[in-house]
Amino acid sequence: MIMKTDDHGGPTAARTIPVRVLRQDAPGQESYWERHDVPWEPNMNVISVLQKVAAIARSQDGRPVAPVAWDCNCLEEVCGSCTMLINGRTRMACSALVDRLLEEHPDGIELRPMSKFPVVRDLVVDRRRLFHSLQRVKAWVPVDDSFDHGPGPRISPEEQEEAYPLAECMSCGCCLEACPQFTRIETPKRDGETDEQLAARRTAAFDQGFIGAHAVSQAVLFNKHPTGKMIADERMAALTGPGGIQMCGNAQNCVAVCPKHIPLTRSIARAGRSATLWALKKLFDR
Amino acid sequence: MAQPRVLVVGGGLAGLAASMRLAELGVDVDLMSLVPVKRSHSVCAQGGINSVNALTRQQGDNEWKHLDDTVYGGDFLQHQPPVKEMADWGPRIIDLMDRLGVPFNRTPEGFRDQRRFGGTLYKRTAFAGATTGQQLLYALDEQVRRFEVEGKIRKYEFWDFLSPVIDDSGRCRGAVCQDMVSMQFRSFAADAVILATGGCGLVYGRSTMSMVCTGSAVSRVYQAGAAYGNGEFIQVHPTAIPGADKLRLMSESARGEGGRVWVPRTPQDTRDPRTIPEAERFYFLEERYPKYMNLVPRDIATREIFDICTTDGLSVEKDRLCVYLDLTHIPKETLDRKLGGILDIYEKFQGVDPRTAPMKIFPAVHYSMGGLWVDYERSPTGGMLEGSPRNQQTSVPGLYAIGECDYQYHGANRLGANSLLSCIFSGLFCAAGVQASAGAKRAPAAESLYAAALRREEERHEALIQRRGGGENPYGIHHELGDLMTRVATVVRRNDQLAPAYDEVCALEERWRRCSLSDTGNWTNQNVVFTKSLGDMFPLAKLIIKGALLRDECRGAHYKPDFEMPGIAATDPEGKRREAEEWCDRFEANTNKWLKSTIANHGADGHPQITYEDIDTSLIPPRPRLYGLVGGEVIEEVWRERLRAREVNGGQAATREVGVGAQS
Repeated sequence: MIMKTDDHGGPTAARTIPVRVLRQDAPGQESYWERHDVPWEPNMNVISVLQKVAAIARSQDGRPVAPVAWDCNCLEEVCGSCTMLINGRTRMACSALVDRLLEEHPDGIELRPMSKFPVVRDLVVDRRRLFHSLQRVKAWVPVDDSFDHGPGPRISPEEQEEAYPLAECMSCGCCLEACPQFTRIETPKRDGETDEQLAARRTAAFDQGFIGAHAVSQAVLFNKHPTGKMIADERMAALTGPGGIQMCGNAQNCVAVCPKHIPLTRSIARAGRSATLWALKKLFDR
Repeated sequence: MAQPRVLVVGGGLAGLAASMRLAELGVDVDLMSLVPVKRSHSVCAQGGINSVNALTRQQGDNEWKHLDDTVYGGDFLQHQPPVKEMADWGPRIIDLMDRLGVPFNRTPEGFRDQRRFGGTLYKRTAFAGATTGQQLLYALDEQVRRFEVEGKIRKYEFWDFLSPVIDDSGRCRGAVCQDMVSMQFRSFAADAVILATGGCGLVYGRSTMSMVCTGSAVSRVYQAGAAYGNGEFIQVHPTAIPGADKLRLMSESARGEGGRVWVPRTPQDTRDPRTIPEAERFYFLEERYPKYMNLVPRDIATREIFDICTTDGLSVEKDRLCVYLDLTHIPKETLDRKLGGILDIYEKFQGVDPRTAPMKIFPAVHYSMGGLWVDYERSPTGGMLEGSPRNQQTSVPGLYAIGECDYQYHGANRLGANSLLSCIFSGLFCAAGVQASAGAKRAPAAESLYAAALRREEERHEALIQRRGGGENPYGIHHELGDLMTRVATVVRRNDQLAPAYDEVCALEERWRRCSLSDTGNWTNQNVVFTKSLGDMFPLAKLIIKGALLRDECRGAHYKPDFEMPGIAATDPEGKRREAEEWCDRFEANTNKWLKSTIANHGADGHPQITYEDIDTSLIPPRPRLYGLVGGEVIEEVWRERLRAREVNGGQAATREVGVGAQS
């Protein structure tokens, strides 16, 4: 039974939170719903709910069950680990406060894994593709080496204020989950396939898929940097190649779900304009 | 001979810096981490990174003063040559991170902006918004990704380091590790192994640290023979937001802007705090420290808040220790203008607006100054000799430790914004020596060595999985361990609590042996990974408690009221003078006895064997820390006279004027 909460979690009867988790034991297996009753405490977030589920290790009907698997680390919404679908919405579990969730959905909390990445187990998904996109757009400053060459380029406060929000992207994947054009790529291991063959096939598949808003935004970030822009052409080639920015359908879901409020659509618009100019330049340079 | 191959365990600032530099030097790197390296705990560092800079230099600052601030702040409990080297490298490191694209805040002219942090008079701290650690980590993550594309670095993410592989000569030849997705074991041959696995906050249950900061990798090499230094030195931050899952930092600027700390005079008063009349509130910092009020030094604030809850029993809540940090008397517009960012964090995670309701805060374990004992080779100029294979090497040859998991840089207490520097510095600096060590000619290790090590880990794993009927819950035991450690081994330490606590830790360890797993499968089994890491917390908990129990003094973060040296009580000049002389006598005797690193070695009986190591204080002689002490000025006068007398008497140069000979 859920009771109304107040700011200070005043004394009430022992109450529990009904939690529904969409579980899956391993890749390729059927998923199934499991219900848990978790004792309510003040100031809980979804992470502490899952910690209790693990500690209790019993479902609502008292059956011993294996703890639900999930990813987390910093619990401060800065590492990007704990993305999941909470009451149908893609967000970070650490900043999802239980009392707020119960205000919106008094029936309880529903947890599902992200749908755009292959499930590893329960709420754990394989987000390697997200990091691979950062390789595709060469999201780095191409320095000569890490030895001493004095300071970096002078940067105006305005440039810094523009770069900093983009640099806060924590690779959580919320923007990809919400994107209609970013569709799931799964490459289950084939019989007789070696790990190397599988990795090569997976990389090839990733290279054809949409790079996603996060990678577009990183390309914009590094193409603005005085040293980063020295390989702007290589980034533009990636942005205009297969799975590039032309796949963006302008649904604008990405910017709506970004927990860091990164201006992703502005980055996409900017990258789109640069892509057009770059294509023209290439045409005339031929 | 084949390319040398180095295994780096941990992908925070230190691990990434080492990997990048090694790859650049042509060494093949296997980089292993419990999480994708971009998600490492370094992202949590907010404030900034210290180094001397062009501006402070013109105000009289130099590397020598950075060294002095660091060793004085650390109560002289660190070897000085490595700290000198770090301070000397500071400016170069900031320049490098700047070149790598870190969006440091800028001045109107486009230079890097700097702010002032605790423990120094200079604006040494460069920062990138409120997420400096995240931005530094990302810059290194990007360079490592670049080397990954080139095939020079191979990443193993979601892997758990289980044990070092050590040959008959005692040299580390690789490691046994486990893929946490497939649960497959694998041994990695390596010409050197570097541990960069951070702090051990989870030994205290909840802390400001991330969930991977279990200390398990460090504990595993400690149990395999590596020595551990200064384990009892754990930094506690005075103001954190207690959460059910973790403790999140609340910046000291909340008090700087007028925040008042109080508790209701009635224990666990259930009324809405806003309705409690002034007369029934206990502003304990203001009452006890009329001069400094709510802005007493950090360690005092930490102790007072801790004591009011534990000793006086005046915690706001019964089951969760906390006090009020109240900003509600300050106009909302002022709060939004000056503290907006940090108040948003409180609101985001507590669901309560601190502009209208007092915050609930409590001190939290924040940083491990101690860690694996590591070596260094002194350079002729008093720093560290670059390229020496001894630098950052643990007591196990071929096994290195860098970043928060070494004991080298922060002594008894770490200064704010020095941790990011020590992580990047130790990572970059160790690379040349590691390369030399890894590249030296030696016969390849026998296959059987790796096979035997692998089998041991498989058997340990199987035994854990198969264990039935014990009925103990690992999460429950972790909770108990955390409560115990937080109670006895954080802010205030008393021998009559530490001694029984040691036995309680041993009892918890016994109960851990009877843990039953709720997941016995072999696919992404987080239950077994956690239970293993919990088992490895006990050796660390024991060495922390034992070190604290034996160290009968107050130094930096280690505070024992029974051994406190009170200030001057006398009011007449002669009495003051006499007491100051006695104080200095006692200080000298204490320095002779306790200015030593605590070294723990894992005994065959499972108990830490404690010995003490002399400290190289040849650059800056130890002096008393007198901040806020009654009669401190008289003590300082006496102390200076003694130093001068010692110089005149032809003893060793006991003092060296700050500012001289900064450059080597």
